[in-house]
Amino acid sequence: MTTMRQAFVRTVNDGIATDQRIAVVTAVISSNEFPQENERVVDVGIREQTMVGVASGLALAGLRPVVHSYAPFLVERPYEQIKLDIGHQDVGAVFVSIGASYDDPVWGRTHQSPGDVALFDTLPGWTVHVPGHPDEVTPLLEQALKDDDRVYMRLSLHENTQAHPVGRGFTTLRHGKRGVVLAVGPMLDRVLKAVESENADVTVLYAATVRPFDSDGLRKAVRDTDHVDVMVVEPYLEGTSSHLVSETLQHIPHRLRSIGVKRHAELRNYGTAEDHDAAHDLDVVGLGSAVRSFFRG
Amino acid sequence: MQRIPELFARMTGDEKHEWAAASTIDVLWVLYDKVLNVTPDTADDPDRDRFLLSKGHGPMAYYAVLAEKGFIEESTLDNWTSWDSPLGQHPDRVLVNGVEISSGSLGHGLPIAVGTAIGQRISGSRGRTFVLVGDGELDEGSNHEAIAVASRLGVANLTAVVVDNRSAMYGWPGGIARRFAVEGWQTAEVDGRDHEALLAALTAPHDRPYAVVAEVEKSC
Repeated sequence: MTTMRQAFVRTVNDGIATDQRIAVVTAVISSNEFPQENERVVDVGIREQTMVGVASGLALAGLRPVVHSYAPFLVERPYEQIKLDIGHQDVGAVFVSIGASYDDPVWGRTHQSPGDVALFDTLPGWTVHVPGHPDEVTPLLEQALKDDDRVYMRLSLHENTQAHPVGRGFTTLRHGKRGVVLAVGPMLDRVLKAVESENADVTVLYAATVRPFDSDGLRKAVRDTDHVDVMVVEPYLEGTSSHLVSETLQHIPHRLRSIGVKRHAELRNYGTAEDHDAAHDLDVVGLGSAVRSFFRG
Repeated sequence: MQRIPELFARMTGDEKHEWAAASTIDVLWVLYDKVLNVTPDTADDPDRDRFLLSKGHGPMAYYAVLAEKGFIEESTLDNWTSWDSPLGQHPDRVLVNGVEISSGSLGHGLPIAVGTAIGQRISGSRGRTFVLVGDGELDEGSNHEAIAVASRLGVANLTAVVVDNRSAMYGWPGGIARRFAVEGWQTAEVDGRDHEALLAALTAPHDRPYAVVAEVEKSC
């Protein structure tokens, strides 16, 4: 079975072979997945600031750089380089991370990045993809490679059982009258199970792309319900998209419940991703409890 | 060069960085007058030489040279740093013709320059990349990532000009040139006020990344 990472590697290698604009910049992680003999494949060693700086220079010279590493080292460590070397230089690049919020929690907090999307959210002009299935990676990435804009793609080991259409705003997977649940990327299967287990009469929207935020899609979904109650379930920092829901519904009295990786604690436990899901109430039990309490009455 | 003081004088209010601007003026002049293969007409030519002012502080000298060489209108100097002016205390490539990178936060230009030089090489461009950094700026760790990786990647079309006005907090024991040389760069040390010496150093052949340390008087 293909993982998201494998789909990413295959798509980028196809791009390298067919498009002279495509370049790859890595800092050791995954570098052996790309043809090092190709001059458009650059590994800078364990130097993440320079990884982004070099990508900026390649973009300034007319190339389309793909920048890749583990999420904390791709986003958090060189954040100022992302802000200035990419954004402020007004160049494009495709950033692709692995590791997500806590894909490998045995490695501890140093390898966890629940704040990555929130960090990109501080910067203008970024498209953010959070695919929930390997088959969603390829079409999103192929489009990103063709374009010239700034794209962040967040890959994860956790995925849904089936892919859904991507690239056209939120997808409605279930219709209901009591409110709307927006499930982002790998959260979808758990959200659907939680909604089913609670027999909740809610609309479920699915998003593999969260920036730009499909405000029209959310507005339309809300119009078809009896209550303007919106729950957003994101696999990263809770509340990351709250401001956009509020902005979307600013003229309509509404309730909002934001669910994601909790902000309140420096979690020092190792264990499994499932352990961490439970700790953040992102498992089916926790989500069911949230659905039950929020959509009560 | 003789009009530079006059152009300089049209910009006021930069007392904080005036010394820094002055420290780079001779290097900038020699680069734009004698070394760089770029003109206002070729500012977007893929085969142009690219000059990256990493040390974005004190850009008065940069703007004065760009004005003298026709990249920007002289009149824009008069209201620099105002709301409507494209010229700020740190240059913005989106706003100023001929400016290759937006800079100001230290330690960004050299890594970007490694990338532009590699990009020029990939695309078969005849262009070279020159980047100006300050000795104080070299305190930023990102520079040392780039210094190390540039020679490993064989970026021979890259020249780093280090304007050394001895503003690094703890200095560079053994000298700045040695820091580059140990990573495999070709190096030269030159009087940063001597135009003939600068020209000779900046046009010297090199088959690996090249660092020219331009020494000027200590900043006050």
